[in-house]
Amino acid sequence: MIRLEKRPSPSRLWTLTTPILAVIATMIVGGIMFWAMGKDPFETIRTIFWDPLFDETFGPYSRPQLLVKAGPLILIAIGLSLGFRAGIWNIGAEGQYIMGAIVGAGVGLAFYPTESVFLFPAMVIAGAFGGWAWAMIPGVLKVKFGTNEILVSLMLVYVAESILASMAQGLLRNPEGMGFPGSRNFARDFPAASNLEVISGTGMHWGVVAAFIAVIFGYVLLSRHMLGFQVRLTGEAPRAARFSGVKPTRLILFCLGTSGALAGMAGLFEVSGPAGQISIDFGSGYGFTAIIVAFLGRLHPVGILLAGLLMALTYIGGELAQLMLGLPAAAIQLFQGMLLFFLLAMDILSNYRIRLTKKGAV
Amino acid sequence: MDFLSILQIFDSGTRLATPLLFACLAGLFSERAGIFDIGLEAKILVSAFLAAAVATQTGSVWLGLIAGVSASVVFSGIHGLASITFRGNQLISGVALNFLASGLTVLIGQAWFGLGGRTPGLKPAERFLPLELPFAESLSGVPVFGPIYKELISGHTLLVYVGLLMVPLSWFILYRTRFGLRLRAVGENPAAVDTAGISVVKLRYSSMLIAGILCGLAGVYLSTGLGAGFGKEMSAGRGYIALAALIFAKWRPWYALGATFLFGLLEAIANRYQNIDLGGFIVPVQFMQALPYILTVIILAGFIGSAIPPRAGGQPYVKER
Repeated sequence: MIRLEKRPSPSRLWTLTTPILAVIATMIVGGIMFWAMGKDPFETIRTIFWDPLFDETFGPYSRPQLLVKAGPLILIAIGLSLGFRAGIWNIGAEGQYIMGAIVGAGVGLAFYPTESVFLFPAMVIAGAFGGWAWAMIPGVLKVKFGTNEILVSLMLVYVAESILASMAQGLLRNPEGMGFPGSRNFARDFPAASNLEVISGTGMHWGVVAAFIAVIFGYVLLSRHMLGFQVRLTGEAPRAARFSGVKPTRLILFCLGTSGALAGMAGLFEVSGPAGQISIDFGSGYGFTAIIVAFLGRLHPVGILLAGLLMALTYIGGELAQLMLGLPAAAIQLFQGMLLFFLLAMDILSNYRIRLTKKGAV
Repeated sequence: MDFLSILQIFDSGTRLATPLLFACLAGLFSERAGIFDIGLEAKILVSAFLAAAVATQTGSVWLGLIAGVSASVVFSGIHGLASITFRGNQLISGVALNFLASGLTVLIGQAWFGLGGRTPGLKPAERFLPLELPFAESLSGVPVFGPIYKELISGHTLLVYVGLLMVPLSWFILYRTRFGLRLRAVGENPAAVDTAGISVVKLRYSSMLIAGILCGLAGVYLSTGLGAGFGKEMSAGRGYIALAALIFAKWRPWYALGATFLFGLLEAIANRYQNIDLGGFIVPVQFMQALPYILTVIILAGFIGSAIPPRAGGQPYVKER
């Protein structure tokens, strides 16, 4: 009989290999699926995972896109991973992302058409504040009333989406937009407030820079700082953490606040750069995909960096497959969902030891 | 606003509340047994898709119903496998299901019908049609009661009435049967249930099965009763509203009826009036759309009585050795 035996602590080896196995399993099952749909599985997988980077015609266009897509994912996922490690489940990053974009863009639009160099930094701070404030709602409710932060943060995503729709059609609508919903376009009409590429042609905009800084910040915090130690301790042994004097209130507010601020910043960088404007369909699901990124990266900053790049690759590869093979865009969501599932299922290997025992011996 | 238009709003509120009610009861069974279910949305979506697809292919709405419910049960089974057998994180499993469903429905829909993820519009035989209750026409002359009977009570599809029947049925199962008692116990204190010699795993899987069937009915109603065919992302967040309603109802069946009806009504009002003028103050339509979620947050925070989730919710059960 197969029996699962809990390991005293998760296996290091399996923790590192399961993400890779999950990616391989996703490719295999995905390939079978494409084959069933009458497409050449090898060609499809190559188009999604190989061509965006190394193909001679698409590569030069796709490679910069990799950073553009990975930036927000990594930025949000780093914030989420802090909370996830401490057992604080913020799954409403999408809402914080949207609110960050709205508040940051609002500050920018209020100063139209200034050319001040201080405007963009001010917008970044406002964006972070917007996300932080939105994350503080579940935070304060949890601290004050013991409310479940999972449900509140999730509900607030939909409130944020409604606010977004209302803003795009009302308060932040472009006065010169002939009544169409959507704000002024930062990238086109408002250079002082737009998120430009730091090195042109690489896709490396300020959000990507912020994402790299966040990775370093996350790494230092978790491995070298007292607060990071407390985060890890709370997640792994809540009782021990309480005895050693960790204040849960402070930790909850810190984790939710940081993840909210980072998500808000990601939203601002997106709205002032790649997206260009506040529009009804601005929320593109980065906040949810970042959950996959955080898990695939094993809640470790370096892992998240790699996972973010991989997830960005599936986005770009998906677009390419759409173009070249006529695959629907939704195929990528399917890929991402499968990936998360395989990861979840394989996690059992890192948390449990599989023992084969004779029947009756138990 | 005259009497008839109020009735019409209530009527459309009832129709919009039905998928929420099914999904909410599904969540009730699952969460009462200690399994968080963020994936309600996914189950509604796959069921809506398969129901419409099979109905249009076979010409029979009943086959569509069976297909839709089976799809939802399969998804429920996957969730169970991940969170009961593999002891994975239920939250993450639910999120993964949602990704899976929105990808799968469009992908298969495109490969099958080539309409960009839609199914062809359903003909009357391939749908659940409104049922005219007896005497609706002849009673319509009776003041007050007549119009209520004709507009509000009569003229819904079969599934609406089934949904309403599910409420007392769920109540009975949960509160008046041995199975229900055990189900509730397993969500509060699985170790105690295990000690009594009852299989926690079996109970939790049966709750997933019930949740799958109920969620399946929500999806079937959405694409073959409320609408006529499947459209991309047609569940439109209903799974989450149902989750909100479940909290609003504090995990109880009768309250679930009230909560889903309230949310259905809000949706009906938002559909009918774009912006509402309350004494010179314009309430934008987005506020009405956000209201269910805002109300839920307020309820969760405990401002109107406390909403306490089942205690063992979200934790996989590990038998002690």
